[in-house]
Amino acid sequence: MHITAASSLAALPMASGEEKLPLIPHIPELIFGFVMLGILYAVVAKKVVPNLERAYEERRAAIEGGMEQAEQAQTEAREALEKYTAQLAEARAEANEIRETAREQGAQIVTEMRAQAQAEATRITEAAKRQVEAERQQAVVQLRTEVGTLSTALASKIVGESLEDEVRQKGIVDRFLTELESGDVRPEKVTTTGQDS
Amino acid sequence: MSMAAALGGLATLSTASGDSFETPTPAIFYLPIIGEGDWAITEQMFWGGVSVLLLSLVMVRLSAKAAVVPTKGQWMMEGFYNFARNGIARDMIGSKDFLRFVPLLFTLFALILLNNLFGILPPVMNPTTGRIGFPIAFTVVVYVVYHWVGISRKGLGGYLAGLVPPGLPGWIKGPIWVLEFITFFITRPLTLALRLFGNMFAGHMLIVLFVSAGAYFLTQGIVFQLLSVPTFIMAAAMVLFEGLVQFLQAYVFTLLAASYIAGAVADDH
Repeated sequence: MHITAASSLAALPMASGEEKLPLIPHIPELIFGFVMLGILYAVVAKKVVPNLERAYEERRAAIEGGMEQAEQAQTEAREALEKYTAQLAEARAEANEIRETAREQGAQIVTEMRAQAQAEATRITEAAKRQVEAERQQAVVQLRTEVGTLSTALASKIVGESLEDEVRQKGIVDRFLTELESGDVRPEKVTTTGQDS
Repeated sequence: MSMAAALGGLATLSTASGDSFETPTPAIFYLPIIGEGDWAITEQMFWGGVSVLLLSLVMVRLSAKAAVVPTKGQWMMEGFYNFARNGIARDMIGSKDFLRFVPLLFTLFALILLNNLFGILPPVMNPTTGRIGFPIAFTVVVYVVYHWVGISRKGLGGYLAGLVPPGLPGWIKGPIWVLEFITFFITRPLTLALRLFGNMFAGHMLIVLFVSAGAYFLTQGIVFQLLSVPTFIMAAAMVLFEGLVQFLQAYVFTLLAASYIAGAVADDH
């Protein structure tokens, strides 16, 4: 097809003697075509493309860097949250523990206090008992003395003479009272002995 | 092309009628400015040189301070560059190997585009690439590059053997190899150069024809003067259409160059 086109063009009358077929290259133009392409290629390959590719690379790095940063921030935030959650749980556990200890301690204190109070109460009761006993003893002694005195006085009145010294000497009253306490004395006997003595 | 022949016939008719309308002939492309004959410096060479200078200055200036955040100029430069880089080189060759060929393909695209557009850009109004010397030069470079890439990758024997697609029955391999060889070594460069040249040549021819015819009609009677209006409208339409063709041819040339390189780079046919 191209060949036919060329031949039909060849059949055209030439407008000028200088003009050749359009399909035959003008040699200076052919050479200059290489030169044009070579020069522009050198400029593009040395300057234009490296500049633009560098910008692209920087842009890619910037975007990736930003994403990395965001990711890092997210990771940090997640770690912080985990840390705080852990701390919170720890604190809660600690509080629980403290509360538990306090409860135990409280219970212990109550028990101790109770025991102490019990002891105190017991002690007071004991003291009171001892005092009562002492007082009773005192009263018994006093009573015995008085009873002796009274009996002696009474007996003296009845007998008509003072028996006090004798009584004291012989410890009659004491003996009597001791017998009385031990239950050896019978009322009949008292009368008889009373009559006898 | 056959239109050029028809034009030749028209020219003889009009000269026969005695009037002075000279149909544009291929001679309008021959514009020597310095010297005569085979070694004359032509106007197209001048404009070609201007195109290289212009492209170099503008592209270096727009890309010199290329930054992460682009200026308006850099942004436009990137748009133009990405069209060749991503739209042609990466799509055709694949993201693994394409970067090596981006400078060549981008240079081809920019250079051919501007020289094509000279066809509709005042004050040039003449596509440099309408002179076949320039398309041949560009094609030779592409031709050498894609064969060289293929041979250096697969070795001469491997490259020649790889012309036949795998998986063919044995008896057909021979004829297919001959056809593929013709395609790779003859048809491809021929069509690559002629497609660009033919489109630019014919487009410029058409514009010149309509403009000169309109101008001629203005010098004739009233009927012809009225006729010159649609002729000029047609010329304007052709200018717009040629703008499209000029862009498209620059794109097609670069796209095919990329596809030839891609075929040489690819492991399989």
